[in-house]
This record gives sequence, structure tokens and C-alpha cells, in this order.
Amino acid sequence: MKMLMCHKATRLMSKRLDVPLTRKERLALTLHLAMCGACKNCNRQLTLIHTAGHEYEEQAWPTDPQTPAR
Amino acid sequence: MAPSEVEWPDSSGGHLAKPSASQRQQRLEALRPRLIGFARLQLRDAHEAEDIVQDTMIAAIEKSDQFDGQSRYETWVFGILKHKILDAFRTRKRQQQWQDWEDPGIEAEVDQQFQDSGRWAVAARPRHWGDPAQTLASERFWQVFDVCMTALPAITARIFTMREFLGLSTSEVCEEAGIKENNCWIILHRARLKLRACLEKGWLTEE
Repeated sequence: MKMLMCHKATRLMSKRLDVPLTRKERLALTLHLAMCGACKNCNRQLTLIHTAGHEYEEQAWPTDPQTPAR
Repeated sequence: MAPSEVEWPDSSGGHLAKPSASQRQQRLEALRPRLIGFARLQLRDAHEAEDIVQDTMIAAIEKSDQFDGQSRYETWVFGILKHKILDAFRTRKRQQQWQDWEDPGIEAEVDQQFQDSGRWAVAARPRHWGDPAQTLASERFWQVFDVCMTALPAITARIFTMREFLGLSTSEVCEEAGIKENNCWIILHRARLKLRACLEKGWLTEE
């Protein structure tokens, strides 16, 4: 298998957040992440950004959901 | 997908006491600034955002009976707003305000983060951001997030919004935007890398 470079690896990291990767893609990404610290950071960050979209409306609500509003 | 079939995630786990009508009214008022902020970020038009939030609040009051107490009231109201934002995107598309799917310049901008070999450019190499939960709990992070979202070019931002904020799948996004799924992945990849770079710059440097 041809070695995956960082640029292409980021494409797979992004795609992984939208659809399941093929087995080959998953393997290539896992191998790359195992040896590239910068991409490992990038992968965590893209996952965080993905989560952030869903959390956006959750943040900055003044009241705890379990306590009824005054 | 019909809007009514969309289920928005509820992180609170349900089983909450259903707030009374007057409590709902109060919470709706309190939510207004956040609704406006969200709508502005997604629509990039202050007037349209005001209008859509007004419509949302009216709908929330009118459809009050439909709120079943299974989710947090605020989540339910946000759900209404999200449908309305998606409708606004559809209207724009009908009005032909949505022809191209590619923003000029963003490809080159993202390419600059890499060397010709495909490795990260030294200056763009991603750093460690610390604990994700702590990051998301930080008010400053969200301020930077708003700034970085606003810095995304228009088409890229709209695709990103539909996927990450309105919660559509990429195949649904493609259908809405009238583009191929492959292009959708390309746009989202660029959006995420640009956001990432922007967040890192704003989030890690000025503490």
C-alpha cells in the first residue's frame, strides 16, 4: 500500500465524520495516525469541531436543565 | 427529508418535568439572544436573522401544545429555528442565489497548510489543544469559534452549517445544494481545515 501523506490523511479524517470509511481507507488512516503526531492532533481537533456544531446550542444556557426556570 | 422527521439530539436525557406555560414564556424570552446569535451566524444577514427568530418565537408559542416535555424546552425551540433556517436556504436556492458550489481561494488557502510532498507545512502543523471537554466548556473558545465561522467563505459556510449545525447527512446536504456527494466532502474537508487553523490561532495564542 502506498504511504498516506498528511494532506490525504486529513481528507480521510474529515470523511470519517460524514460516512463510514472503507476498510482500506480505515487501515491507511490508522497507520498514518500511529506515526504522525501532528495528524493525531488534527484528528482530535476535527472531531472536536464536529462535536461543537451539536453543542453550540447547549452552551451558554443560564439555567441548569434539571432545575425549573424561576 | 421532511422537516418534521428530523430529530434533534437532546443531551439532557429526557424525562424532564414539563415547564408550565408561563415558565416557557420566560425561558423563550431568555433564549432570544442565543437564537439571534445562532441565526446570524448561519444566515449571515442581521435583518433576516431578526425576522426568522421572530417567526420562530411565534411558532414556539403557537405550537406550544406540541412540546411533549421529552426534550429540553430550549432544544425544542432551537429545532424550530433550524427548520426555518433550512427553509431560508431553500428559498435562496429557488431564488438562484446559490449557483456555484465553490468559493474562490479556499482551495489554495488550505493547500498552503501543506508542503508539496503532502506533509504539513511547519507553521501549520496542528498542536495539542488540551482536554476536549474543557475546551468546549470555555466561553473564550466559543467566542473564537464564532469569529472563525464568520471568516469562512459563504458557500463553504452554508454547506458546513447544514452538515454540522442543522444535522443533515452529506447525501441530504448534496440534495439541498444540488451538488455531488464527493464535492460535499471536498467542501467540508476544506471548511474543517480552515476552521481548525483559525481556531488554533485564536484559541491557543491569546489566553
